[in-house]
Amino acid sequence: MSNRVLMKGNEAIAEAAVKAGCRHYFGYPITPQTEIAHYLAKRMKDVDGVFLQAESEVAAINMVYGAAGAGARVLTSSSSPGISLKQEGFSYIAGAEIPSVVVNVMRCGPGLGGILPAQGDYFQCVKGGGHGDYKNLVLAASGVQELFSLTMEAFDLADKYRILVVILADGTIGQMMEPVIIPEDTDMKIFDKPWAASGKKGGNVHHTIKSIYIDPVVLEGLNNRLQSKYREIEANEVRVETSALEDAEIVITAFGTCARIAKNVIKEAAREGIKVGLIRPITLWPFPVEIISETARKDSVKAFLDIELNAGQMVEDVRLAVNGKKEVLFHGRTGGMIPSQEEILDIVRRIAGGGF
Amino acid sequence: MEKVFKITKGLTGVPMHYCPGCTHGIVHRLVAEVLEEMDVIESAIGVSSVGCTYNNYDYFACDMLQAAHGRAPAVATGVKRVHPGSLVFTYQGDGDLAAIGTAEIVHAAARGERITTIFVNNAIYGMTSGQMAPTTLIGQVTTTTPFGRDAAIHGYPIRMSEMLSTLDGAAFIQRVSMHDVRNVREAKKAIAKAFRLQSEGAGFTMVEILSTCPTNWGIDPVGSLEWIKEMMIPQYPLGVYKDVTAGGDK
Repeated sequence: MSNRVLMKGNEAIAEAAVKAGCRHYFGYPITPQTEIAHYLAKRMKDVDGVFLQAESEVAAINMVYGAAGAGARVLTSSSSPGISLKQEGFSYIAGAEIPSVVVNVMRCGPGLGGILPAQGDYFQCVKGGGHGDYKNLVLAASGVQELFSLTMEAFDLADKYRILVVILADGTIGQMMEPVIIPEDTDMKIFDKPWAASGKKGGNVHHTIKSIYIDPVVLEGLNNRLQSKYREIEANEVRVETSALEDAEIVITAFGTCARIAKNVIKEAAREGIKVGLIRPITLWPFPVEIISETARKDSVKAFLDIELNAGQMVEDVRLAVNGKKEVLFHGRTGGMIPSQEEILDIVRRIAGGGF
Repeated sequence: MEKVFKITKGLTGVPMHYCPGCTHGIVHRLVAEVLEEMDVIESAIGVSSVGCTYNNYDYFACDMLQAAHGRAPAVATGVKRVHPGSLVFTYQGDGDLAAIGTAEIVHAAARGERITTIFVNNAIYGMTSGQMAPTTLIGQVTTTTPFGRDAAIHGYPIRMSEMLSTLDGAAFIQRVSMHDVRNVREAKKAIAKAFRLQSEGAGFTMVEILSTCPTNWGIDPVGSLEWIKEMMIPQYPLGVYKDVTAGGDK
């Protein structure tokens, strides 16, 4: 059984969290993701859950630390400036290996910036942002249905690897409305959490959730264990969508909104006889290195064109994967500006004609 | 022979690292004894903070979470909302609670969060080696006020119990002291009452405990107890600042 409804991306995230068994939400208002809070303020009442408006993003992420550290499935959501405030918590959560799900509906920066869509938090969420060596598992959807299913999956991934999962959506994906099929019944996995500080221990086992280890040997051990977990995730959890790569001469790399625009560009270019393919990373970390690297080795491929709503962030990972085998060109817009189909098509025409 | 005193099961028995003359160890014992007396060692969940007591998760026998500096009330909020039936407490110092964590403690109290905060006020940063705290007294010499705390430059000490007692969500707030046996006994009674009111769902509860820091005060252990009495209590008067049960069951 399922139910087809028209939903905003932000609402889809909220409903998906409930479907995934999340019963605790802690957040602080910020545009353009507030519909998540509005939705859950009502919805959590239906399911006997907790909706709590925190005093700050800092408090909210620490409530996540407490609630998820005590064994629950927990969600917080924010947008770029608020995600900056949460970075302290990200690092502690990574160190304490607490399964958590955080939504970042990105707006344009730097600073207070503006409220229009952007992808300028790629570095912050994919590369770090908080202190120390850690990784977040980062999921990027390019439509509302996908946002729904990735949000549900995020909770399983968080529990499976005891990692913080970021749903990284640009403002467009959070604000747009599309039909969503909501599954009636879900077969969410139930994860045993024997490590949690749940106050239900037996015998002499005493559970502690912490990220502090004064002994350098022990702390290096934790770091080594984290790194091997990250390698396991890189080996098992890469998700990517590709299209028209078979005979592509130009390969566009893009995520979120830019990938949607790219799909239209590919169709239009094909009409003009220009063969363009697409690689759309769904997991921004782990990054789909292999498919990009394989594609870069193909003789048919002349160049890569990376499109982002920033001044060039994911393009660095594309360049590392391409590893000098082909030219990697970049086109980005910032400040809330979105590149038009014609704008990208024009660049594609120039690359095809050798004039970029 | 009759045994008149024994080490509480609320403590793990891990040797504590506190300096000679520091009263944190006594506060730990009191909290742990109350946990045992209430029979909640198995279900209680504590939150350690940042400072000298960062690792008291090793000392308390209940489940513990270690929080970032100042964030213990937010972490405890998350824990309590998941396990409303568990006794949840934070253990925080003055720098943690009254400086970096001011927003978190004020809002936990304002929400009437059903947690108990054990607030140890020794008027100085201990772990980071004796810097000025928000509760440092006027004239008090610290490593960052080498000429004494000057109100014109450093502002005034904060009285947290008085401040938080104005909030409707606060059910019970009492300031006690570690400077003599009578006051230690009084402190235990206050902790027991705070925990009991939490378990009855009364609201936010806090016990502020005036405590020593001989190492960073540069005063010997006995002199430190005297310093609480002579110097701290005039600035931080002992007493019950909020009690929603006052007039009834007290």
